Amino acid sequence: MSIQSNNLKTESSTALPIHVQDLTKKYGEMFALDSVNLDVKSGEFLTLLGPSGSGKTTLLMAIAGFNRPDSGSIRFGDEEVILKPPHKRDVGMVFQSYALFPHMTVAENIAFPLKLRGVSAAETAERVATALKTVQLDGLGDRDIEQLSGGQKQRVALARAFVFRPRILLMDEPLSALDKKLREQMQIELKHLHEQLGVTTVYVTHDQREALTMSDRIVVINKGQLTQIGTPNDIYNHPANAFVADFIGESTMLPLTHDGSGSLYFEDNLIKTNYKTSDAKEWSLVIRPERLTVVKDGQYDPEKTIVFSGVIREFIFQGETAFAMMSVNDKYTLSFRFGTDASSWQNALKPGDLISLGLNRSDVIVIPGGREL
Amino acid sequence: MSVLNTPNPDAEDRGVEPLNEKSLRAQDVQEQRLLLSLATPAVLAVIAIVVIPVGWLFYLSFTGSDGQLSLVNYQKMIEYKSYARTFVTTFEVSILTTLICIMIGYPLAYFLAMLPERLAGFFMLAVLLPFWTSLLVRTYAWLVLLQKNGILNDFAMSIGLWDSPLKLVHNLTGTLIGMAHIMLPFLVLPLYGSMRKIQRDLMHAAANLGASPVQAFWKIYFPMSLSGMVAGSLIVFVLCLGFYVTPAVLGGGRVVMVATQITAILENQFNWGAASALGVVLLVVTMIILTIATKVFKLDAVLFGKR
Amino acid sequence: MNWLKKSASDTQLTHGDRLWLYIIATIVMLLLVIPTLIVMPMSFSDSQYLEFPPSNWSMRWYYEYFESSKWMRATVTSIQVGTLTMLLATPMGVMAAYALFVSGHRASKLLFAFLITPMIVPVILIAIGVFYSYGRVGLNNTIFGLVLAHAVLAAPLVMIVITSALRNYDLNQERVARSLGATRIKAFFVITLPQIKFSVVTSALLAFLTSFDEVIISIFVSGGSNATLTKHMFAALRDFIDPTIAAISTIMILVSTTLLLATQYISSREK
Repeated sequence: MSIQSNNLKTESSTALPIHVQDLTKKYGEMFALDSVNLDVKSGEFLTLLGPSGSGKTTLLMAIAGFNRPDSGSIRFGDEEVILKPPHKRDVGMVFQSYALFPHMTVAENIAFPLKLRGVSAAETAERVATALKTVQLDGLGDRDIEQLSGGQKQRVALARAFVFRPRILLMDEPLSALDKKLREQMQIELKHLHEQLGVTTVYVTHDQREALTMSDRIVVINKGQLTQIGTPNDIYNHPANAFVADFIGESTMLPLTHDGSGSLYFEDNLIKTNYKTSDAKEWSLVIRPERLTVVKDGQYDPEKTIVFSGVIREFIFQGETAFAMMSVNDKYTLSFRFGTDASSWQNALKPGDLISLGLNRSDVIVIPGGREL
Repeated sequence: MSVLNTPNPDAEDRGVEPLNEKSLRAQDVQEQRLLLSLATPAVLAVIAIVVIPVGWLFYLSFTGSDGQLSLVNYQKMIEYKSYARTFVTTFEVSILTTLICIMIGYPLAYFLAMLPERLAGFFMLAVLLPFWTSLLVRTYAWLVLLQKNGILNDFAMSIGLWDSPLKLVHNLTGTLIGMAHIMLPFLVLPLYGSMRKIQRDLMHAAANLGASPVQAFWKIYFPMSLSGMVAGSLIVFVLCLGFYVTPAVLGGGRVVMVATQITAILENQFNWGAASALGVVLLVVTMIILTIATKVFKLDAVLFGKR
Repeated sequence: MNWLKKSASDTQLTHGDRLWLYIIATIVMLLLVIPTLIVMPMSFSDSQYLEFPPSNWSMRWYYEYFESSKWMRATVTSIQVGTLTMLLATPMGVMAAYALFVSGHRASKLLFAFLITPMIVPVILIAIGVFYSYGRVGLNNTIFGLVLAHAVLAAPLVMIVITSALRNYDLNQERVARSLGATRIKAFFVITLPQIKFSVVTSALLAFLTSFDEVIISIFVSGGSNATLTKHMFAALRDFIDPTIAAISTIMILVSTTLLLATQYISSREK
């Protein structure tokens, strides 16, 4: 969706920050939310990322008012909203199932929140038209919901959620029902729409790629607790623990040894880290498969590169990249990825080949804890 | 990089009670009360029409003719053979009706389940039409059909099936025919429902793995349709136990089931204690059967739908 | 008979192989339908004895019915009671079904089971119990008493129909409506109700029919000038075969068939 010229941003009411404090929700003995603290900055696109059952949807529903927590506080700006019913919270919401009203036309669906707010007929018509234009559905206002494709339904749900200029927009896996190609296209469109509207957006997904693509910041949730919060770059390159490293991107995790004087080693290589190494007993090295490159003897700088040598066990061509697994002395297996351009001799790798892989020391990721979660 | 879940310093100042806990709980209670109040009229009505009256009967059943608490009504039930006969008849009729329904209902449900949905919907009218028609009307129709100079006897004699009119009504035969006709939809509907849920792919897989159509049916399809069949049979059986109209009319006084006897006791002797005791036994038997069956066959989901 | 050789199932059976099934199913369906409909032509017979086919056609038994003040009064009572039952049981059942469906409370499943007990407790027991209790409070032979009892029998059907409709309905629609600014009540009436309205109508028709066709409670609880059609019919059936019953039956079949076709049409609309 190209950015439309209409001036939605200045029209819309100012975005609000969200402050979640000590939010707790228990189902029986299980914590769906375990004393969660989170500040969403005004106007930012924040993604809640986690596996199913992690509590991400519970948190979103609590912000929308559909899920009553056991205790805690949720503030929009300075206003405490935790006891407010959903219809007084003024948040736009997009559901996974779209939840479009099938007994109303596209335009009636979008006009619904405006009617409830007593907006005049003329203004309603104008704002519905603008919203339709924004989501590139000009002229489809008279259609029935059943006549729409999945992507179009998605856009209507979106238009309906922002047409009344809410201060906050919430989305619960809104793209998961779409096929891959359309989903990737919509990710970009949503990102642009967010830039255009400037509204504080909380987005829930279990798809790490989607989260990396769209977010200003990502919150990784697991077992009702926030595991890490940061920019996509932070989360990917500096995972806080094994769970984040494993959940986002591909990785190989190898245990490090602690020499007692505060230094960490992988085999003979001294591994530098910003962590205070007395904070944890165990430490691990995280290796992203795409950061490994094939090196030849004597053609690398041992000061800058850690080298692993082994035998290829598996080689899989996957289109834009190829994926291979290398066994090192039958002790551990490293997976690595590389481009498949015709010039690359690596395409010729086959099981049994002996090779060396190099990891640039600046690509080294160290995390506290071991493999087990 | 920032690791979260550091305790909020403000929270500690506030002491032990977590933020907003009381008001949130109060709100929750209020919402549940509101929802409960929506169900209140129905609850009160059931209490007025089922709980209190049946409870009263329960009390009456333990009361002798002098108004004192006694077990005399239950003792009579054990002593007099007519009661035992009534229960035997009730079970006999209920079991036979259920079996007849299974035997003719299964092929029908299977036939309907095999049809494309649209066509099945049309043929389903054959099941739904009697289902929606007053059972009094249907009982009357069978009375007319089965009587001595009725259509069935006339027809059978005209094609030489039998020579003199057979006694088809005012006996067990007539009762069973009428009951089976009335109960059949109660079996076919849940059975059809469970058959429709069986995925076609399962039959493909069975065939692919080398099962003949007959083997695939008995090894895969039939076991999967059992839940519907058991649910339907249970509904039929339990409804039969307390059935009144059809045995009273088509049985012509010769098929005395529990319900018939209850009314007879009330009409002839006006003995509330005895009638209530019979009713209580009927209820208890029904409940025991339902409880055991739902436990054994895990029928909650089939009977009441999954929550 | 080319059709017989066509493939009938996914496992290579032909229609010919399935012929036995078609024959059995046809016989069973005829056995279900014919006895239901056979009284219709017979009701137009001239004879005291019901004949098929009638030797002389006449409307005699219909005159008998329409000119009898007893039958007419009973018919009016039944329609009245049926309508009032429908008006009472439908909102009662819809409210309860909605509340129990939406509330995630542990007790809601139990409450649902309690509310459908009228379907499980043998009706004869309810009938004599209600008769006895009504005797104490003077509700026997009243329209109100009969309506209340019938509504309790009909409400579980309403609940089952509505619960299954809600199960096929995306409750997120109500949520989204609330997040867009609608109160809970408004969300129900503007968003949910329009989408389950056909089920509501179906359940209302079922409630009417439940009352209209109900025999046992009517036998005990209704009487005098408020006796129902079914009470008189049952009495007539036990004593002798009165051909007037055939005429009444025909009318009742037409009523129930109309209602059935209405619900079928409605459900096809809902999909």
